[in-house]
Amino acid sequence: MLIEVRWHGRGGQGVVTSSELLARAALLEGFHVYHAPEFGPERRGAPVRAYTRISDEIIEQHFGIYEPDVVVVIDPTLQSETEMILTGLKEGGKLILNAVKPLESVVEKVKEKKVKLYVVDAYKIAMDVFGRPFYNTPMLGAFTKVTGLIKLESVLKAMEERFSGEILEKNKFAAKRAYDEVEEYVLP
Amino acid sequence: MRGRLIGLNGDTAVAYAVKQADVDVIAAYPITPQTIIVEKLSEFVNNGELNAAFVPVESEHSALSASVGAALTGARVFTATASQGLALMYEILWIASSLRATVVMALGNRAFSAPINIHCSHDDAYAARDTGWIEFFAENVQEAYDLTLQAFKVSEDKQVLLPSIVNLDGFILTHSLEGLYVLDDKDVREFLPPKEPVYPVDPEHPVTYGPLDLYDYYIEHKRQQAEAMRNSYSTILKVFEEYSEFTGRKYEPIKTYGIEDAEVAIAILGSSAGTARYVARKLRKEGKKVGVISFTLYRPFPASELRKLTRGLKALAVMDRSYSFGSPGAQLFMDIAATLFNEKERPLLFNIIYGLGGRDLKPEHVEYVFDKAFEVAETGETPESEIWIGVRE
Amino acid sequence: MSSLKGKGWKELPIGAVIPIPATSMEYKTGNWRALKPVLDQNKCIKCLLCWVHCPEPAIIRHEDDSVSIDYDYCKGCGICSNVCPVKAITMVMEGE
Repeated sequence: MLIEVRWHGRGGQGVVTSSELLARAALLEGFHVYHAPEFGPERRGAPVRAYTRISDEIIEQHFGIYEPDVVVVIDPTLQSETEMILTGLKEGGKLILNAVKPLESVVEKVKEKKVKLYVVDAYKIAMDVFGRPFYNTPMLGAFTKVTGLIKLESVLKAMEERFSGEILEKNKFAAKRAYDEVEEYVLP
Repeated sequence: MRGRLIGLNGDTAVAYAVKQADVDVIAAYPITPQTIIVEKLSEFVNNGELNAAFVPVESEHSALSASVGAALTGARVFTATASQGLALMYEILWIASSLRATVVMALGNRAFSAPINIHCSHDDAYAARDTGWIEFFAENVQEAYDLTLQAFKVSEDKQVLLPSIVNLDGFILTHSLEGLYVLDDKDVREFLPPKEPVYPVDPEHPVTYGPLDLYDYYIEHKRQQAEAMRNSYSTILKVFEEYSEFTGRKYEPIKTYGIEDAEVAIAILGSSAGTARYVARKLRKEGKKVGVISFTLYRPFPASELRKLTRGLKALAVMDRSYSFGSPGAQLFMDIAATLFNEKERPLLFNIIYGLGGRDLKPEHVEYVFDKAFEVAETGETPESEIWIGVRE
Repeated sequence: MSSLKGKGWKELPIGAVIPIPATSMEYKTGNWRALKPVLDQNKCIKCLLCWVHCPEPAIIRHEDDSVSIDYDYCKGCGICSNVCPVKAITMVMEGE
C-alpha cells in the first residue's frame, strides 16, 4: 500500500503543518512516512505545496510526487487554478476542496479526469472556531474522513504533540467538525 | 530495533543526536539548508537541555576556527554548514584535519553558487574530499541521526583523531520528515563515553600546535596523516559493527542491492540511492539483473571492498550530483575509475551527471541509466564523455 | 626539539604538535649576526634602554642593573647601539 498526497495552499496558511501532522499521525499508526515541504523563497500569500507519502512498506524513494492519489486544496480561492490543482491526480483519485460549491471549471475537469470530488466549507468552520481563516487542521480532518486511511484519534493525537491549551482544543474541534461535515460532491 | 520511533526532519534528527552526544562546544553559523540544526542546538543550550558553550560566530571561517581551537583543548565539538559556508571554511578544513582536531560537522548538501541555489548538489561534499576529513553520506533521516553519533565515536578514537563530516542531502533530507528510531540518552552515553583529550591544555605542560614545518618535517607529517586516514578504516568498521549490534541497524561502508548476480549496476551517493534501489527492485521483477552500490563511507574511500563487489559486473554507471569542470569525469567517477583500473576483472564504466541544484531524480531517469548500462554491457562501447540526465537540451 | 631531530614519520608526535615547551631556546640565532654589539662597561650608566628595546631579547640584565649581551641569540640588529644615550655599545664586524 502506498498513498501519495499533495497539499495546495498559500504561504502562511499552514500547508506544511497539515502535511506534517498527517505524516505524524500515520507514523503513530505504524505506517512509514515521508513528508516534504516544497521550498523556495518564503512569501506569505504565494501558492505553496507540501507532499506526504504513506506506506505500509519502507519508503526508500526520495523523488517528488507527480501522480498523487489525493489532492487537498486548503485555500478556497485556489480552485480557480484548476490546471494546477488537478495536475497528475490519478484516475480514481480524490480531490478535496475548501468550498461551499466547486467551480464549474473544476467540475468539468473532475469528470474528464475521472476523479472523485469532496467539498467542505472549512472557511466557515475556521471563522466560527478561530474567528480567523485557519483552514489547515479542518482540511486535515476532512482528509481523514474522505480517505479512511488513518483514524481521527491519531490525527488528534498528532495535534497534541504540536499544539497546547486553547489552540489545541480549537484545532481539534475544527478538525472534528470538518471530519463530520465533508461530503462527496455528486457530479451533475 | 533499539530506540523510540518518532518523526523528525533530517536537520532536527542531527541536532537531536548532537544533544545526546553531549557536546561541549558548538560554533556554527546558520546557512540554508542546515539552519534548523543550528537553531535547534541553540534552543537546547538556551533552555538548559544541553550543557554546552554555543559560540555564535560571525562567519563560517570563524565557526571552524573556533571549533578547531575548542577540539584541541579536549572538548567534544560540533559544527554544521552547507555550500558557500563550506567554501568559506576551506583553509580551516585542512588545518582541522592536520592538527588532528576531532570536530564533527554536518553538511546539508547544497549547490555552490553561481547562480545562487539553495538546493541539493554534492559540490560541498566533494570540495572536502581531499582535505583529510572522514566523510559519511546519509541516505535517509535515520542514517543522518545514526551517522552523527557514530562520527563522534570514530573521530575521537585514539587510533583515528581526525574530523568527520556527515553529509545529508539539502531539503530532500534536511527539511523532510521521516520516522526514525532514536536511542535513550543513557544508551547514547553507553555507546559514546566522554571524549578523552590527547594533549589537553595544561599550563604545567605547555605544547605547541600548528608550528612552522618546512621541508625538514612537513612531508613526514603528511605521510603520517595519510596513514591516519588509511588506518581509520578499521576503526570505522569496528564502530559500524558495534553500533549495528547495539541498535539492530546495520552499517557498512558500502550498501548494495542485487550485486551478487547483477550484470549492470549504478553507483551513487546520498538520498538518491533509495530511488535507485526502488527502480532496481521493479526491474528485478521484470527479470533484469540490476544492482545498486551506494557509499555510506566516502572518505576514506572503501576501495578494496569496491573491487570485490564489482568483480562480476559488466557495466557500472557512476552517478555524480556535481561536476568537475575540465576533469576526465566527475568526482565519484574518478574515485571508482582509479580504484578499478588495475583490476583484471572489472566492469566498463560511464559517468552520469544528475540532480544539480535540486533537480529531481525521477524513476524514469534511473531506468534510462540502467538501460544505458545494458547497452554498454552488450556493445562493449562506453560513451565518449559523461551523460547529463534530467537536463533540457 | 633535539629529541625530535631527524625522526621518521612513525616516531613524530601526531598533528605536528611539539609536546616539549620552550623549544625555541634550542634554536640559536647568534650565527645570523654580521655586526656584533660590543659593550663598554665603563661608559654604561645602567639606564636599561638597550634591555627594553632588544627584540630578541638578548640583553641580559643583572642584579645590579648592569647588562651583558647574549651572543647565542643576538642577531646583530644594532638597535641597542642606536638607543644607548652614552654610546656605550659599538657595532663591530664579526670576526674582527
